[in-house]
Formats: sequence, C-alpha cells, structure tokens
Amino acid sequence: MNVSQIVEWVAVLMILFGSIISVVSAFGMIRLPDVYTRSHAATKSATLSVLACLSGAFIYFWSHDGYVSIRLILGIIFVFITAPVAGHLVCRAAYRSRVPLAEGSGEDLLKPVLFGDEVTVPEHNEETLIEREQKE
Amino acid sequence: MIEKILLISLVLFMIAIALLLYRVIVGPSMPDRAIGLDTIGVNLISSIAIVSILLKTKAFLEAILILGILAFIGTIAFSKYIERGVIVERKSNR
Repeated sequence: MNVSQIVEWVAVLMILFGSIISVVSAFGMIRLPDVYTRSHAATKSATLSVLACLSGAFIYFWSHDGYVSIRLILGIIFVFITAPVAGHLVCRAAYRSRVPLAEGSGEDLLKPVLFGDEVTVPEHNEETLIEREQKE
Repeated sequence: MIEKILLISLVLFMIAIALLLYRVIVGPSMPDRAIGLDTIGVNLISSIAIVSILLKTKAFLEAILILGILAFIGTIAFSKYIERGVIVERKSNR
C-alpha cells in the first residue's frame, strides 16, 4: 500500500463521514420542534457535511489524477460563506413573520423590542383572530 | 472497496434528501420549507461530487458551483418574500 492509496482512502473516509453527518442533520430536521431549532440542524451540520465531502473529492482528484480543481475550491469557499448567511436570513424572516416559538421555550426578550408598540394579542393563531372579528 | 464505500455514502445522502422532502411537504410554516429546500440543495452539491468521482469524470464540477449559487439566491429570495411580501423593492426611500 503506497502513499497515493493511503491518501485516496483518507479522501473516501472523509466522504463517508460527511454522508453520516448529513443523515444526522436530516434526523435533526425531522425531530426538532421549531423553526429556530431546526435551522441549527440545517445550517451547522449540513455545512460541515458538505465541507467534508467536497474536501474529500478535492483530495481524491488531486492524488488520483494529479488534477487541482479550482472549481471545487471555489465551491467549498462559497458554501462556507453563504450557508450561515442564508440560515440567519431565514430565521430573521421567520421571526418577523411571527412564526411562534415551540412550547416550553424560555422568555422571549425580542418580542417587546420588535412588536412592543402594537396591540398585544397573546396568541397569534387563527381562533383568536376569528373571535376578534366576531366581537367587532 | 472504494467504490462500495462511495455507493454507501451516496445512498446515505439520498436517505437524507428523502427525510428533508418530508419536512418540505409537511412543514407547518413557510420558513420550514425554505430551510428544507436550502438543505436539499446543499446535499445535492455533495452527491454530485460523489457521482463525479464514481464516473471518473471532471465535467460535473461546474454544476457544483452553479447549484451552490442557485441554492443561495433561491433562499435569499424566499426569505425576502416571507419577510416583506415582495422580492424586488422598487422604492428606495431609505
């Protein structure tokens, strides 16, 4: 077993590690109760999995063919920069469009800052809106 | 042996995409579906890398870059639409 075979095995094991992390993040997307907790599973561990997988592909092409792929490096850097930005923007949009927190969450300190000057409705579900319309 | 491990990891990525499709279809709110679609795009990127290793070609490496850019722009457009109701703002008054 010479050096290039060992490097190829390292690359393939990195790809396997990335796929296992991806399945773990998909289970987190299924089982977590809330948008804000699901975004943790969607951004952090999915970014780790795609970084491990693309790095493994880069190392494999480098040792197997002697080909340094600039496109893979660009893809790695682009995913590493843009995935946290996308997760932050989706969470901000979810909070501003009043997606409720999960039951059992702690105190919500952002709510009086953002929506403090409005009429406080305790729950934003459809029953209270219908009841308010009937009262009016 | 290396091909078997690559096939196993490709199957694992497909399982992850199937679980995320459940979240995209069922998901109780629209930001759930946006996050699910973004994660499906990220998983497609890495499965394209595995397919290009399995087929011993370098022609698919452009598709990785294009899919990354498209997934990011799609997520940004979804989040702006969910937050404000419009995608492209016409008036610039601030």
